[in-house]
Amino acid sequence: MKTSSGTTGLIQNEPLLWEKGQEGRSGYSMPRRDVPRTKLDERFLGPAPDLPDMSEIDVVRHFTRLSQWNFGVDTGMYPLGSCTMKYNPKINEKMASLPGFAGSHPLLPPRFSQGALQLIYELEKFLAEITGMDAVSVQPAAGAHGELAGMLIVHAYHEKRGKQRSKIIIPDTAHGTNPASAALCGYQPVAVRSNEEGIISPEQVEAVMDEDTAGIMVTNPNTLGLFEKNIKAIADIVHAKGGLVYCDGANMNALMGIVHLGRAGVDVMHLNLHKTFSTPHGGGGPGSGPVCVRKHLEAFLPVPRVVKDGKNYGLTEDLPDSIGKLHPFFGNFGVMIKAYSYIRSLGAGGLKKASQLAVLNANYMKEMLKGTLHLPFDSVCMHECVFSDQNLHDYKVITVDLAKRLMDHGYHPPTIYFPLIVHGAIMIEPCETESKEELDNFIAAVKEIAAEAKTNPENLKNAPTRCKVKRLDETSAARNPCLTG
Amino acid sequence: MRYLPHTKKDISQMLGATGFKNLDELFSPIPEGCRRAEPLKLPAALNEWELGSLMEEMAGSMAAAPEYRMFIGAGSYDHHIPASVFYLLGRSEFTTSYTPYQPELSQGTLQAIYEYQTLVSRLLGMEVANASMYDGASALAEALLMSMRVTRRRWVAVSAATHPLYRRVIKTYLRPIGCEIVEIPYSADGALDISALDGLGEVAAIAVQSPNFFGCVENLETAAARAHAQGALMIASFTEPIAYGLLKNPGSQGVDIACGEGQSLGIPRSFGGPGLGLFTSRLKYVRSMPGRLIGKTVDLEGKRGFVLTLATREQHIRREKATSNICTNSSLCALSALMFLASVGKTGLRNLAQLNRDKSEYLKAGLKKAGLTLPFTGTTFNEFVARIPADTYERLLGKKIIAGAPIGPYYPDLADCYVLCATETASRKDMDQTIKELAS
Repeated sequence: MKTSSGTTGLIQNEPLLWEKGQEGRSGYSMPRRDVPRTKLDERFLGPAPDLPDMSEIDVVRHFTRLSQWNFGVDTGMYPLGSCTMKYNPKINEKMASLPGFAGSHPLLPPRFSQGALQLIYELEKFLAEITGMDAVSVQPAAGAHGELAGMLIVHAYHEKRGKQRSKIIIPDTAHGTNPASAALCGYQPVAVRSNEEGIISPEQVEAVMDEDTAGIMVTNPNTLGLFEKNIKAIADIVHAKGGLVYCDGANMNALMGIVHLGRAGVDVMHLNLHKTFSTPHGGGGPGSGPVCVRKHLEAFLPVPRVVKDGKNYGLTEDLPDSIGKLHPFFGNFGVMIKAYSYIRSLGAGGLKKASQLAVLNANYMKEMLKGTLHLPFDSVCMHECVFSDQNLHDYKVITVDLAKRLMDHGYHPPTIYFPLIVHGAIMIEPCETESKEELDNFIAAVKEIAAEAKTNPENLKNAPTRCKVKRLDETSAARNPCLTG
Repeated sequence: MRYLPHTKKDISQMLGATGFKNLDELFSPIPEGCRRAEPLKLPAALNEWELGSLMEEMAGSMAAAPEYRMFIGAGSYDHHIPASVFYLLGRSEFTTSYTPYQPELSQGTLQAIYEYQTLVSRLLGMEVANASMYDGASALAEALLMSMRVTRRRWVAVSAATHPLYRRVIKTYLRPIGCEIVEIPYSADGALDISALDGLGEVAAIAVQSPNFFGCVENLETAAARAHAQGALMIASFTEPIAYGLLKNPGSQGVDIACGEGQSLGIPRSFGGPGLGLFTSRLKYVRSMPGRLIGKTVDLEGKRGFVLTLATREQHIRREKATSNICTNSSLCALSALMFLASVGKTGLRNLAQLNRDKSEYLKAGLKKAGLTLPFTGTTFNEFVARIPADTYERLLGKKIIAGAPIGPYYPDLADCYVLCATETASRKDMDQTIKELAS
């Protein structure tokens, strides 16, 4: 193996929290008691919860060691397809922790919260401009929550028109959250297969679209990294039968400053601020999933809406057709601050450049690796490209082996086995924040592993060898679940 | 732009290698009709220092402690956060990682969330906790949906003293599937009207918030017995988890699902989000639970390790048959909660909870002595309701004192009432002054 960033160092073991506490220790500075002690009614009094007692340094070492077993974007390239693991700017974190924002309460009269309301109001305007939609609500707390908001809007729209529908068209390239979100509104998904080019064709939509179908959920660019170029024709078919077009905007990172989704026929869509707009994913959340609509659906957006009157910002609940509230307050404001900071830092030119370079990086990756890995759909891709493990089958090596071996080289693996329509999929999204040198190093690592598959396939089967743990037994974890200690 | 590493030379080399003439050509698959006609209309890009000034100005316009004395909770609480928690949470190995789909590179997140599941289960006396939901309101909505899956019944009963904004979120979730929500009234002391729990019929769940929106502690055990007698699940929700440092936990009172907001556990209020949805249940219902779960296992060499498990419940496997559509959750906030619980520990949490109650009782006694009416007599934790004339409330706002949250908008019969909160952050001096102002 050539010199790569993957290497071994001293990895500290660390027990579970409750294996190291000692009763009587404390890591918390107890506030002064300046009021008398009261006695709680015995009927309500319980025993103290069984938590470990630890000193501050115990806690600090514990979590510092745990953090060292993790891999983040700050550690190295994280080309996880459909997740847009771009660099998370540090200034954004600082802005979100400004005391006026971090310490603010959501239920004060608006005159005490002008800064936060201004930020929400402007962010909604920016996102409307970036997508080409007319109105936005930043209330949904994550992408799937934004999808749910979108589906609730579709549901409320049909309800308002006097006839509810029972089905929704979802292509086979969709994220799993799409059918799950539609099901929460009682819609039965109708599958549409993508064609030989990896996109949906209008004829297939025409064949299933009817007046009992609420609309279609399209991910664009889709999960093969391809632009659904028939989107407008598809939208016309759906609209002609009274349906709505929902766009999953998780892959918006390819389109900023280039595509106008309103013009493309989209009625409602969601964004992921924790993907396209650089907010960190936090090991699984929190995110933020704004829902964006065209004018004819604005009345259905969640309440309250932030409004501007002269120089002042206020709140209105006066939307009788609204789907209601999805979040007790305004959504994940802390995440919005970071996305707002990102948009203000890049401006129109910077955002467009980010999308251009994201697409350039993905196409470069595709061209450089297509002789090494099998490329099922060889056309110009958007922000990501999808390979398969077909070329490795002769050596009894499969996708997961390649992925695990990449760890030994110091990379987080790409998304694997998704989308489902590509057998043994390897979905690579490099992101615009990776330099050409980083891409070249990653490409070299993949080529080396592919060569190794022919000569020493067992090295792949045994990978990873340089992580804290070897491959883990997931089957027994599910068969005999141990979920608490 | 400092986040974009490409030099002109890089771009031209990469275009050459891919066979494109320029960056625009990369977008050739996009039909003309889908393109923007003009550039984005956005404010000009700011440098780091300009952005800092702008944001400081916006943040500076917000009312926040210590300039304002805040006696307001109502689902978003003011608690001290240890510097160590804030510092550890900044470890970017935690913040800049994705959902731990590749366990060998994510053992930090995985062990931490396994520990979180354990400590949250212990806090609430329950058998299993998931890896988090968005917030307390969506956790309650998911709990109600779960109860319908478990019992195969189609309607639910929810206490009217549940946070009114949570009840609105529940309505949004349950309306499209035609699930009816019956509200259980509260009685004169501010707690649930237990007599209203009988004869509910084919109800999937009875959901009760404790401490409730008025701050009153509920008798969950009695409610659970009524739920079980009717074949329903008992759901306990909460907005203030610190209370369970002192109160009898839901698990010991026969509760089947306990869920609520975890913001008090080391998470800043941040204008109401992000929060943390705590979600726990009895083990026998685990396969109906929403959200991610982390399980313990071993690696090829028998060494302890952790993985995402029971994923066959989840949307990426089950699609429309999944137990929930949730994917991204509130993992980093769960980590804050874990760090907070590890820092305070058993002894500390008990003392902290007791101090919260004592501060609130001090304020309550002071207001009562000052002649204010307290409409409810029930036992409270760190919140309680008081009647305050609207002009007095406004006058205090002018003095930068926030004397609670108005509840009239949600309960017309409590038109001039406010729910006040005193946590460990309230000093006796500030409370004395507030009492004096309210008395005058």
